[in-house]
Amino acid sequence: MLLSFDLMVSFFVGMIMISMIRVVIGPSPADRLIGLNLVAAQVLAILVLIAVKENLAVYLDVALVYDIFGFVGILAITRYFGKKQEKEP
Amino acid sequence: MIWIVQFFLLLGVVFSVIGNLGVLIFPDVYTRLQASSTCSTTSVFSIFLAAMLSAGISQLTGKILVITLFFLFSSPVSAYIVARFAWNQDIVPWRKLKPRPSEFQEANE
Repeated sequence: MLLSFDLMVSFFVGMIMISMIRVVIGPSPADRLIGLNLVAAQVLAILVLIAVKENLAVYLDVALVYDIFGFVGILAITRYFGKKQEKEP
Repeated sequence: MIWIVQFFLLLGVVFSVIGNLGVLIFPDVYTRLQASSTCSTTSVFSIFLAAMLSAGISQLTGKILVITLFFLFSSPVSAYIVARFAWNQDIVPWRKLKPRPSEFQEANE
């Protein structure tokens, strides 16, 4: 096979390293949130690839809960920073 | 069937590279958000299609289908939340020509 699932897992780990650069150097909190959104999507892809490769359904439950918590986490972070921004002036 | 799986994996690789490059080199929050949201959604969706085709009809396929439906709901909504957060913090959208002074004052107010 040309692109095996092992190779795809390694590729997505490298892509996560690249998109963590934006999380580190982002000038504003919105940039860091964009980087975190990208990292969460790629970790989800890695979990699904490992589940299909190992033929284990347990990883898919972990992937679903990870997706839900990533969504709720971004919602909570935006609520926190938005409220803090209103209180300061 | 193997070649269809290969095609979708290759599509995922291409979209992931394009999205990460866009997030690295674009100049503004909104343009970066556009690159991140569209490219990550399409790349992860292609990977899910390849995984579903590779697993055949089994327990794995149904669970991947549920994850795909939730991901198609949650990814645009979280992109919208980040865009509304950036807009509420008075981040002016980037443009190639510098804004005129009157427009700049309007944007700052």
